[in-house]
Amino acid sequence: MKPGTRLKSAACDTEVMVIRCSDGTIECGGAPMGEDKPADAAPLAADFSAGTLMGKRYVDADGNYELLCVKPGKGSLSVDGVALVTKDAKPLPASD
Amino acid sequence: MNIALLLEMAAEAAPDRVGLVCDGKRWTYADLLAAARGAFELIDQSECEYVALLDESSEAAVIALFGAALAGVPYCPLNYRLPDADLAALLGRIAPALVVGDEERVERIAGDQGHTVYSRELFTLKVQEAFPEAEDRAYDPGEGIAVQLFTSGTTAAPKAAILRHSNLLGYILGTVEFASADEADAALVVVPPYHIAGISALLSSIYANRRIVMLPSFEPEAWLRLVDTEKVTNAFVVPTMMTRIIDKLEKGMSVDLSTLRAVAYGGGKMPLEVIQKALALFPDAGFTNAYGLTETSSTIALLGPDEHREALASDDPNVQARLASLGKPLPTVEIEIRDEDGKVLPAGEAGEIYVRGEQVSGEYKEKSALDAEGWFPTRDAGFMDEDGYLFLSGRADDVIVRGGENMSPGEIEDVLLTHPAVADACAAAVPSVEWGEAVGIAVVVREGHGAPSEDELKELIRARLRSSRVPDKIMFVKELPYNEMGKLLRREVKKILA
Repeated sequence: MKPGTRLKSAACDTEVMVIRCSDGTIECGGAPMGEDKPADAAPLAADFSAGTLMGKRYVDADGNYELLCVKPGKGSLSVDGVALVTKDAKPLPASD
Repeated sequence: MNIALLLEMAAEAAPDRVGLVCDGKRWTYADLLAAARGAFELIDQSECEYVALLDESSEAAVIALFGAALAGVPYCPLNYRLPDADLAALLGRIAPALVVGDEERVERIAGDQGHTVYSRELFTLKVQEAFPEAEDRAYDPGEGIAVQLFTSGTTAAPKAAILRHSNLLGYILGTVEFASADEADAALVVVPPYHIAGISALLSSIYANRRIVMLPSFEPEAWLRLVDTEKVTNAFVVPTMMTRIIDKLEKGMSVDLSTLRAVAYGGGKMPLEVIQKALALFPDAGFTNAYGLTETSSTIALLGPDEHREALASDDPNVQARLASLGKPLPTVEIEIRDEDGKVLPAGEAGEIYVRGEQVSGEYKEKSALDAEGWFPTRDAGFMDEDGYLFLSGRADDVIVRGGENMSPGEIEDVLLTHPAVADACAAAVPSVEWGEAVGIAVVVREGHGAPSEDELKELIRARLRSSRVPDKIMFVKELPYNEMGKLLRREVKKILA
């Protein structure tokens, strides 16, 4: 796994780009994510079914992981069973 | 990660939304992505090492930027205002390139350099004719260089500043919320395509899903009409443009500007009286002063709308003074002021502005200017006040910035010294309401000669350089101030001229 990898959920439509990562397992809907979608969909775990939002960045508390959602889905993201939280951009008052 | 992702996401989320309006033609995000993928085909076939743009802003700038990114080839927009010899030298540094724009000129000045050249019209047509299947294509992963911009080369030959995909994405992801714009929102883009602000404006607007309204070359009446007809909500101008817009409005041009709610400015020093007038003429618009450099992927500090109004309304001289500041550093970057030995200075003391952050490239093709800890020396001089507001006191190397155009005092002095009656000369910036800064010169007359007339000196510079170099102010002095090392004290001359 390295930054720039595109990961797909085994349990829903979610796709993310990896911005930062470490050695843990990145999951969506409770199932490990991979570069290819498995032939058989994994079940969506109830604890990880809050959904992902397009364009949101998801991070862990220690700052080791950062994922950018590029396709939304019903599952929610976690690393080794610990849920990730959204990180907001600090929007400029349209300076560009 | 590749900056093309920004366009792919916009096309995924809002394929049918209009992303760009230029010369009356409207492009949806799906259209733009298809065209960028078509451009990939052309670029891939040409086996070029760069994609260059030699043209005013148009849809071709967007298509070439993202097409080059998909192909993993640096996009290098060139300054079409440069004289032939300078432009030919830059083209030579990026050969072989796929060049979009002024076919005739490339053929004439760089016909033997091996470039593949398309006119804007042909390029736009060809990229729409290509029907690539995205699944079959190996697009670049975006680990390298996205954009290369030549600096204006005021002190030496232009440097090739490099912006990696990671720098630009760091800036956009950190400062723009995806799809945050309303469908009615529109940003008027009038900065030239070879300016960093012209590139960041495209990336920001596309990621926010804000419609880009392009004005290929600035003219105040056209600008005001576009705000009216396209119901523009956001705009970025350089100070000189603001002066000319205000002038037009004061002369009685009547347009509906009620949709305009955010006006950002940067690229040079905004005269205080101009921003005060602008605040009065656009009472409902939020003004933002954005400070940034090519090497920092655009904005690193800004003074926001509330701070503008607060400064204008305040009785406190410290708060009033903020109107002339660059505002505060973005939360995503760090800024320090250091002295000549690299020591970090406390609040209130002037030194060189240093910056660090993901968006800061600080890298040239020749070498990186970053220090071991990742700090970039901007060569801008300034200080930070007790409340964290950044003030610019000038360029560390005395460059004159006239209406956003950087010019070196040296080239003006060199021309003056060719006059038989001129023994010594110094050019320095003088304050100008219209241009922010203009050229002032101090001249020492050679013994035994009569002083040349002001018109004669102006004509000499006009003939040898460009009209923007012609001095607004000319003074004849007995001698110029030098230090004990024989170094001309430009700051002293500046004081005499001001």
